[in-house]
Amino acid sequence: MSAKTTNQKAWLLVAPVVVLVAFNAVIPLMTVVNYSVQETFGDNLFFFEGMKWFEEVLSSERFHDSLLRQLQFTFIILAIEVPLGVAIALAMPRRGFWASVCLVLMAMPLLIPWNVVGAMWNIFALPDIGLLGKTLNAMGFDYNFTRQPFSAWATLIAMDVWHWTSLVVLLSYAGLSSIPDAYYQAARIDGASAWAVFRYIQLPKLKHVLTIAVLLRFMDSFNIYTEPFVLTGGGPGNSTTLLSLDLVKIALGQFDLGPAAAMSLIYFLIILLFSWIFYTVMTRGEDR
Amino acid sequence: MSLTLKNVSLIVDGQTHIYDTTVELVPAGFNILLGTTLSGKTTLMRLMAGLVQPSSGRILFNGDDVTGVAVQKRNVSMVYQQFINYPNMSVFDNIASPLRLSGLARAEIRKRVETVADLLRLGPFLKRKPSALSGGQQQRCAMARALVKDSDLVLLDEPLANLDYKLREELRDELPRLFAARERTVVYATTEPSEALLLGGYTAALHEGRITQFGPTGDVYRHPVDKQTASVFSDPPINLIPVTKTGERLQTSHGANWRVYGAFRDLGDGEYELGVRPHHVQPHDGAGDGAVIEGRVQVAEISGSESMVHFDLEGRPWVSLAHGVRAFGVGETARFKIDVDHSMLFSPQGETVATMRA
Repeated sequence: MSAKTTNQKAWLLVAPVVVLVAFNAVIPLMTVVNYSVQETFGDNLFFFEGMKWFEEVLSSERFHDSLLRQLQFTFIILAIEVPLGVAIALAMPRRGFWASVCLVLMAMPLLIPWNVVGAMWNIFALPDIGLLGKTLNAMGFDYNFTRQPFSAWATLIAMDVWHWTSLVVLLSYAGLSSIPDAYYQAARIDGASAWAVFRYIQLPKLKHVLTIAVLLRFMDSFNIYTEPFVLTGGGPGNSTTLLSLDLVKIALGQFDLGPAAAMSLIYFLIILLFSWIFYTVMTRGEDR
Repeated sequence: MSLTLKNVSLIVDGQTHIYDTTVELVPAGFNILLGTTLSGKTTLMRLMAGLVQPSSGRILFNGDDVTGVAVQKRNVSMVYQQFINYPNMSVFDNIASPLRLSGLARAEIRKRVETVADLLRLGPFLKRKPSALSGGQQQRCAMARALVKDSDLVLLDEPLANLDYKLREELRDELPRLFAARERTVVYATTEPSEALLLGGYTAALHEGRITQFGPTGDVYRHPVDKQTASVFSDPPINLIPVTKTGERLQTSHGANWRVYGAFRDLGDGEYELGVRPHHVQPHDGAGDGAVIEGRVQVAEISGSESMVHFDLEGRPWVSLAHGVRAFGVGETARFKIDVDHSMLFSPQGETVATMRA
């Protein structure tokens, strides 16, 4: 009897959260599920279509292309940001005045909103008036992100690395700071090399924060929208049309709610799947 | 191996961490560094290991000056208060790590690791990761790393401090046995006087960056050279009260007085400070015979077979570690008797002028 009463009270306590999550996550998601299985006409006319949109999206070349671009983008920035972030964190001073200076400098890019980063780099990289673009061209590089896909990609990656490497740096720095001095002393007494210290002390101790860093960077970069939108709107051509850009084009540009909803769900499941794979791989062999 | 510190001092950013220290540790002996936290135990060990270079002075191993020699060339090992093991290596690899760096043959490494692991009762856990061990086992693994190396100098920096009571007792019993069998000098840092007494050997009392006394543990305990050493070697802190000696009597400022004999009687008349360890101050119910004092009880804590009674003696905080469970009312006046045979007298400058127990 008493156990039952306790349960009821517990429900009351979690109710606000349930309502909140329902309104901001479950209901919108279910709306998307609803759209994804129907054909929509004006005047709110709906016809049930089953799995038609899913089949269409999954077999469309356009989706394959943007997914491939998305994967490319994400893996390039992960391959740059994670090692670079760890390297910077290792090189940063541990204490004193300069440690604070470095931390503030590192935190700065993270405070800037996405669209501002996009606008900044857009102007910075303009081939005719931008500091970067003009310098590159003056140095003899043929650089124009509005015309060449390669330039657009390079700019986009530089932008993301500039904006988000700091996150990996700060997480790694926190991880490194939590290693007691005694570990380094013990390694010195053993006569361990700098590489051995990194491989057997720092890296294992960084494992948890790196798991978080990789997951966060993966999810964030997979969702990237604002930067390519502000830079070239997905161009030149479709060369920087990443998944979310493509999705918005279908949903709002063409107002194809059914395919857009199906694509959203597929997109969502892909992120979920990759995150799960990352997490499983990185925490495999974890000490029980 | 003999280890000598000659006029070693350490000054960091204008602050003196270790004052001019000269000490010759007992070769192949158990040397204890006893001091409160921040007294410089760890710093002294780091100097001995070569992790820090002294600001002045020299460090000699077997008579050879090793002051500038890098730590990995000194053949020392160290065990810390925290359990320091390589987190992603198995226990076997952890123990083997110092041997691998010295480039020993594979079979020889295996043999040595297994011998040490058996000694420390880690045999069944060699394949496990340190995080899958209990605290005591993790610390034994760290000790195995220090033992397997066969180093001349082993530094143990409060190795038992983070262990629970039972494990601490168990490992403390094993420690001297483990290290005694070998021809190596052991330095053991601790904050606990009782631990120093249990471990025996030789003790260096440390107070604010100075070694105040070094000698056989029992001698340092019974005949501390000064008030500081006596305080370091007493937990709870030693009880102190100013006394005046006139003829054959000692008197406190409030008039409590008693007759003295032995070493105390031979002292000249004058002002002294009396020191008594808390377990030599016992509640007293009988008549006012001998060194009986009266104090106002402030706190009385009962811990199993002992009661710790904090009381105010003429404005000084005193503690009595009484046998058995005693009931005291806070604020009431109680009588205590000082065990004169275990008391000591300090000069106004803090030097010991007489101890009763020879």
